[in-house]
Amino acid sequence: MATVALKGVKKRFGTVDVIHGIDMEIADGEFIVIVGPSGCGKSTLLRMVAGLETISEGEIQINGLRVNEKEPMDRDIAMVFQNYALYPHMSVRQNMAYGLKIARIPKPEIERKVAEAAKLLQLEPYLDRKPRELSGGQRQRVAMGRAIVRQPAVFLFDEPLSNLDAKLRVQMRLEIRELQSKLGITSLYVTHDQVEAMTMANRMIVMNGGVAEQIGTPLEVYERPRTLFAAQFIGSPSMNTVQGTAADGMVTLPGGAVLPCRSRHSGPVTVGIRPEHVHVDPNGPLALDVTLTEPLGATTLLHGKLKNGAELFTASLQGVHTTEQGTHSVQFSVPAEDIHLFDPATTLRLD
Amino acid sequence: MEKRVTFKGWLLPLALVFPQILISGVFFFYPAGQAIWQSLFIPDPFGLSSQFVGLGNFEYLLSDKYYRASFLTTAIFSTLVTLVSMVPALFLAVMADRLVKGAGTYRTLLIWPYAVAPAVAGVLWLFMFNTRVGVVSWYLGQLGYDWNHVLNDGEAMGLVVVASAWGRISYNFLFFFAALQSVPRSVIEAAAIDGARFWTRFFTIVLPLLSPTTFFLLVVNVVYAFFETFGVIHTITSGGPQQATTILVYKVFADGFVGQDLGSSAAQSVILLVVVGALTVVQFRYVEKKVHY
Repeated sequence: MATVALKGVKKRFGTVDVIHGIDMEIADGEFIVIVGPSGCGKSTLLRMVAGLETISEGEIQINGLRVNEKEPMDRDIAMVFQNYALYPHMSVRQNMAYGLKIARIPKPEIERKVAEAAKLLQLEPYLDRKPRELSGGQRQRVAMGRAIVRQPAVFLFDEPLSNLDAKLRVQMRLEIRELQSKLGITSLYVTHDQVEAMTMANRMIVMNGGVAEQIGTPLEVYERPRTLFAAQFIGSPSMNTVQGTAADGMVTLPGGAVLPCRSRHSGPVTVGIRPEHVHVDPNGPLALDVTLTEPLGATTLLHGKLKNGAELFTASLQGVHTTEQGTHSVQFSVPAEDIHLFDPATTLRLD
Repeated sequence: MEKRVTFKGWLLPLALVFPQILISGVFFFYPAGQAIWQSLFIPDPFGLSSQFVGLGNFEYLLSDKYYRASFLTTAIFSTLVTLVSMVPALFLAVMADRLVKGAGTYRTLLIWPYAVAPAVAGVLWLFMFNTRVGVVSWYLGQLGYDWNHVLNDGEAMGLVVVASAWGRISYNFLFFFAALQSVPRSVIEAAAIDGARFWTRFFTIVLPLLSPTTFFLLVVNVVYAFFETFGVIHTITSGGPQQATTILVYKVFADGFVGQDLGSSAAQSVILLVVVGALTVVQFRYVEKKVHY
């Protein structure tokens, strides 16, 4: 049970700035997902909370206490690593008991706690196996178990699912989420997978180049992305962007198409339209020259270029759309509330 | 899947293994066979005739108290050499592994002694500890300690052990250092988060993960202590004082080539062969079970 606060946290490796100052207050029991592309500093941020990296500037607080100078073991945290980092020479039982043993907890209590965690994670049949005799999903659970038995104040997850296959990933995603809400332990979870971020987070931090582009609930980020990067990173397929000019609640695209929008802004803008927000409309202002169709079953993706414009554009339509291959044109309209406008210079949302 | 090469005939595979068989034959099977054959005879001092004595040489050896004492000497010597060459090597490797800056220089400097030949190392240590002109023994004298490995059994043993182990520390260091580098960082970090401090981590996580390397070095160092320390012992003590540093290999030399008792020397070689074979079997059957690969 703990709150975590990041106050102007910065990280420098030599003269290179890796994290440019992150501020955030995390409430007790919250599940925070840090999401971003490779090299954006998300793992570094997590490792700073864990105490595995020093903090160059700023302060990290756990339960209101500054932990900058504290060793990892004194921060009351537990971490699940990407490669699980299980002790290869120890059985599952020993792996989970290791931290407790070091804390000199009485043997019967260790046994009770390990048994409890094993039951929770359905690891009971494997307690005497070595990590190498387990499947990826089971190893993942052992790593979770090792974190749980110590009843830490904060859980830290460093891309824990990226080594699993797609199906298992979906299953473990749910399991981790259920477990966390059952235990109510404040968690920080690093991933590069925006689906994980959307499905697991109470709130997420979208990071890019060492900067927090946006901090908010998944739906906030989806519906009102604060920057162009956040808009394009969250959502799949990613948001289409077209350069345009806005004036009086209307935005004009290079091809001459005019769309209504909610912003009063006027001047050059970057227009963002999510593929799933277009509606087939024979009288719609947008025309897409389709070059490739991807039928996914539940949805169909149409890839192509906007008529009279060079911009690549993707549209996602519900259900199956059987269209002959090769170029043909589809007319679309987009509701005003689904048009996102960004400043071309600062990439910030215009509202 | 493993790629296996299959041959159609017998001629090519035979030709391919022939060089190895030839080398083993000339340098191992033939001399070993000769030693076994010779151990059954006692040649006269001039080498003109020899008399068949069956297992007489062995019977004589096993009842000889000097020979039995040599067994004990060998056990003490090889245990000490193995310990003194492995423990400091491991310690230095752990320290070098912690270094961020200058690890390369440190490593290079630590590897140098390995380039020194055993006999040269022996002479080097002999100079330092020479009872009359040695630097170290002079300082010890100043401190009131009368160093004399020519007369003192324990000092003689200590000196040959240190001289033999010294160069090996470099060799062992290299292996330990490489092994330490391959211990996954995240496992160490997980242990740190679990609350283990440096030396706890070392004994509970790092050391078990190093066990394949440790086992390999154990086998190699025991064999080294048995066979390759001849030069050191010969230059420093010549097996003395009073056979205090006469290990089995040295006794084979001393009895056969100095004492001219070739029959006994051959019998000793055979016994040595059996001892080392047995030791290696024991190491692989019992110690290896404790190794985590």
